[in-house]
Amino acid sequence: MIDSRDRQLLEHIQLGLPVCSRPYLEIGRLCDMPETEVIERLTRLKQQGLIKRMGVIVKHRQLGYRANAMIVWNVPDNLVKQLGGHISRFSFVTLCYQRPRQPEWPYNLYCMIHGKDKATVLNQLEQIVEACGLSSFDKEILFSSRCFKQRGALYQNTALADG
Amino acid sequence: MDEIDKQIINALQDGFPICDAPYQQAAAQLGLSEQDLISRLKALLDNGALTRFGPLYNAEQMGGALTLAAVKAPIDRFDEVTEIINGFPEVAHNYARNHELNMWFVIATQQTPEQIQQTINAIERLTSLTVYNMPKKKEYFVNLKLEA
Repeated sequence: MIDSRDRQLLEHIQLGLPVCSRPYLEIGRLCDMPETEVIERLTRLKQQGLIKRMGVIVKHRQLGYRANAMIVWNVPDNLVKQLGGHISRFSFVTLCYQRPRQPEWPYNLYCMIHGKDKATVLNQLEQIVEACGLSSFDKEILFSSRCFKQRGALYQNTALADG
Repeated sequence: MDEIDKQIINALQDGFPICDAPYQQAAAQLGLSEQDLISRLKALLDNGALTRFGPLYNAEQMGGALTLAAVKAPIDRFDEVTEIINGFPEVAHNYARNHELNMWFVIATQQTPEQIQQTINAIERLTSLTVYNMPKKKEYFVNLKLEA
């Protein structure tokens, strides 16, 4: 569980760590917390999984990853777990989820591939299909053509009041 | 962006130390001086090559909720629908995709799962379109690293 001091800390670092020699000391100043406490709390929050990752968060497009495909499959329910586990092990797969089927949308397994160009992505998809034995299942490949909006989920003070 | 910048980006996607002098520690592993790493990171952030340097939170553990949703936006109403959907602060990402379901967006809230449904209802009301709601049932762990 997290307490109000954790929340305060998370709110202060959400937009980024200070880029200076003692960043956690700097954050501590903002939160009125000693550096050691900042380090202890962040270490625990990381272990708890609340902080998934600490470090560089990249923009795909700026690293030259311009092609982004969402591939959706309709696989038997009893195979979803095994196939999801297999697909997610490919280094170029950036997301992999099981999602509920919808009326007129029978797909239940989703993965995302970010690649430098469309041909590369299709080639990587072919590798997945072969290695995971997916060729007999219906799928659709949805390339993104435009990105209208992209932001991280903001963690706002209003939502923090005694949650 | 030169080779050293790329090495920095690749290495720091794997994590950043939580200790009193983390840049010094990370720099040592890269064979750089602390000051060198700091000034290069600053430059990468300033020129927009890096979006963010810091934590990535687990939204659900933070007490929030999120879902993936999509609509079939008629081509002649595409801009109007985009504007309506992007106008919701709960909409975090929105992508056009080459399919009949041509607009895919993530709805993220910091509060209750009910807030997701309320947002969906409001989008349906304002656009007169059906919103397909595809919350995750299970997430499979992936390597989040992108080679620079």
